[in-house]
Amino acid sequence: MIYAIVFLPLVGFLIAGAFGRWIGARVSEFVTTSLLLVCAVLSWIVFFNVALGHDHGYAPIIGNWMTVGALKVDWALRVDTLTAVMLVVVNTVSSLVHLYSVGYMHEDPHRPRFFAYLSLFTFAMLMLVTADNLVQMFFGWEGVGLASYLLIGFWYQKPSANAAAIKAFVVNRVGDFGFALGIFLVFQLTKSLTFDEVFATVPGLEGQRIQAFGLDVDALTLAAFLLFIGAMGKSAQFFLHTWLPDAMEGPTPVSALIHAATMVTAGVFMVARLSPIFEYAPTALEFVTIIGATTAFFAATVGLVQNDIKRVIAYSTCSQLGYMFVAEGVGAYSLGIFHLFTHAFFKALLFLGAGSVIHAMHHEQDMRNMGGLRKDIPFTFAMMTIGTLALTGFPYTAGYFSKDAIIEAAFAAGEHRTTAMIGFVSTVVAAGLTSYYSWRLVFMTFFGHRPDHSVAVNLSDDGHAATSDHGHGHDDHGHDDHAHDDHGHHAPHESPLVMLVPLAVLAVGALGAGYVFEPDFVGHAYAEFWKGALFSGEHNEILHEMHAIPAWAGYAPTAMMVLGFLIALYVYVLKPGTAQALARAFPRLYQFLLNKWYFDELYDFLFVRPAFAIGRLFWKGGDGAIIDGLGPDGVAARVADGARLAVRLQTGYVYHYAFAMLIGVAAVVTYFVAGGLR
Amino acid sequence: MLTIGLTHYLVVAAILFTLGVAGIILNRKNIIVILMSVELILLSVNLNFVAFSQSLADLTGQVFALFVLTVAAAEAAIGLAILVAFYRNRGTIAVEDINSLKG
Repeated sequence: MIYAIVFLPLVGFLIAGAFGRWIGARVSEFVTTSLLLVCAVLSWIVFFNVALGHDHGYAPIIGNWMTVGALKVDWALRVDTLTAVMLVVVNTVSSLVHLYSVGYMHEDPHRPRFFAYLSLFTFAMLMLVTADNLVQMFFGWEGVGLASYLLIGFWYQKPSANAAAIKAFVVNRVGDFGFALGIFLVFQLTKSLTFDEVFATVPGLEGQRIQAFGLDVDALTLAAFLLFIGAMGKSAQFFLHTWLPDAMEGPTPVSALIHAATMVTAGVFMVARLSPIFEYAPTALEFVTIIGATTAFFAATVGLVQNDIKRVIAYSTCSQLGYMFVAEGVGAYSLGIFHLFTHAFFKALLFLGAGSVIHAMHHEQDMRNMGGLRKDIPFTFAMMTIGTLALTGFPYTAGYFSKDAIIEAAFAAGEHRTTAMIGFVSTVVAAGLTSYYSWRLVFMTFFGHRPDHSVAVNLSDDGHAATSDHGHGHDDHGHDDHAHDDHGHHAPHESPLVMLVPLAVLAVGALGAGYVFEPDFVGHAYAEFWKGALFSGEHNEILHEMHAIPAWAGYAPTAMMVLGFLIALYVYVLKPGTAQALARAFPRLYQFLLNKWYFDELYDFLFVRPAFAIGRLFWKGGDGAIIDGLGPDGVAARVADGARLAVRLQTGYVYHYAFAMLIGVAAVVTYFVAGGLR
Repeated sequence: MLTIGLTHYLVVAAILFTLGVAGIILNRKNIIVILMSVELILLSVNLNFVAFSQSLADLTGQVFALFVLTVAAAEAAIGLAILVAFYRNRGTIAVEDINSLKG
């Protein structure tokens, strides 16, 4: 069964990718989507057997990949509870996104390619989550990176999409470099890359030190740190987050699948999978906490002022990934995975809902040009509201169980470690910010009035929209096709049923996933659910301690959620115009947030420009002046000089040639005559 | 009484040869003069052949001279034909104007 789950998407990719041109878009859609739906059903069966049932994990070996000395790598599909959870997340969201894309992309001429890429992504992600060794995991890791690149740049006619795709790829390379170094170090330390063997060896390595970069460091801490660098890149954590908002250049279903629900959570999954290593590297865990906390806070602040509907959700994703890392940083791996699980539902719901809004608005993404849509697209409005409730942690929705639990766990761990306390503070603040920007999105989109389109540019609420949003290309692909659609000029319209069904399914998950699965993931059924798939050290009692925290700490996130909601309600509904006044009152702060803490500018200054300068130096100086100058170009120039001298001898006058001939004859005769005399 | 011997023939031939070479090299005006000079050189060679043939009592030299005359006639015919073709193309046969081979 696991073979079918992993390889059916590959089959779909090969069919749609190789033959899409001949079988046509409709057949490609049908093949890939139905294969994915089969996968999703099978995944749930595996989930019930392995996670909820009593099947023990297994890892059937498919074949040998490579054997080089002591390095032996097999293809194997590992199935345990952690994998089963990821299978459910990936295949459920992927199949729903396939289905949704049938409606969303119905005008695009390149649909076979799109569905082929989606299936390729799903296959790579499944290879990642079923990996039984680090190398196979890296294979899947790079595979999803490739698919992400292809899908961000799907509309390759748009320069901004190409730039975003390249940026995503390059930033991910930074993280992947760390990941690769981490894998090397793990092999160096344990002489194996298979998870079971690595995990068996790791406890004996505690306290071992190695020399690296001239420093004497703890070996496991360094390994965990390097591996986490990889997770930071893939999961868009602070310092390596810049690619995620730009990745919104891709089609919206892609954003929902790759950049919200599945691929970006690969880092979280990886840390959880390698929990036996991280558990023995407390310093690295503190680093994980700090990065997660910073990201959660940072991304939430930026999300406050963004005007592109997809960017708001992108920063929200970034922030929520920070939460997951905070959970893992304090040792609550199951909480991180639990939040991953619930987050996949409500964030995919929000993204697909945003896609539905964009679809309704004829590919308009700027929220300032929206408003009052709740009457035009009531179903989408309801779904978005459910998603927002779940994201902000409204009681008994999915986010309430996972996100608030993370905050409680951070508080509980904060009694031992300062970093965890930082995590607690920033996640609580971020919870309020999350509530504010989420409701802001809902209010700006669905309430109020839609500005007249012709004056929207001039009357945009902060006066510098034209400068701040440059280059953030809108999802305007296919706009022309829309212009002569038969449903009126620019009247918003509800999406087709094929797009609404996935929304409804995800909404059920967003409402119920937390309540239903909370006991299994983090509650009393913890042990029999995970069956040892996640590792906790002897002194790691975080899941018990988090229930023993003071009441105020438990209520803090809910209070922040309500506060954020009320402020958003006041600012955007009760007294419209407050936002603009605030922006004018604190122009520096507003600009700082609107420009994303100037990270892009900073990186441009620190890395991009020096890289260009070095490139130019080697291009003009090294290659142009030295290699070409001394090599081909130089030799050619000297030959030309010699030829120019030789050319002067050729006067073209017959008598000159005759004279030269005579001289020659005279010389030869003289030589022989003089020779004959001797 | 002056006896005309081999040496005199050779001197005349040498003078003719030198005149021919000088005609080729010094002439700047007319390409026909170059053809005539070539004929002159060939004649001087012929003179040498005949002179040595007589002197050494060997008829081979005189036979050879006849061959050279034949070749010279053919060469003159071809040279004049080229000359006419050239004149039709360029409208001039002045040696100074012929420098198409100039690099």
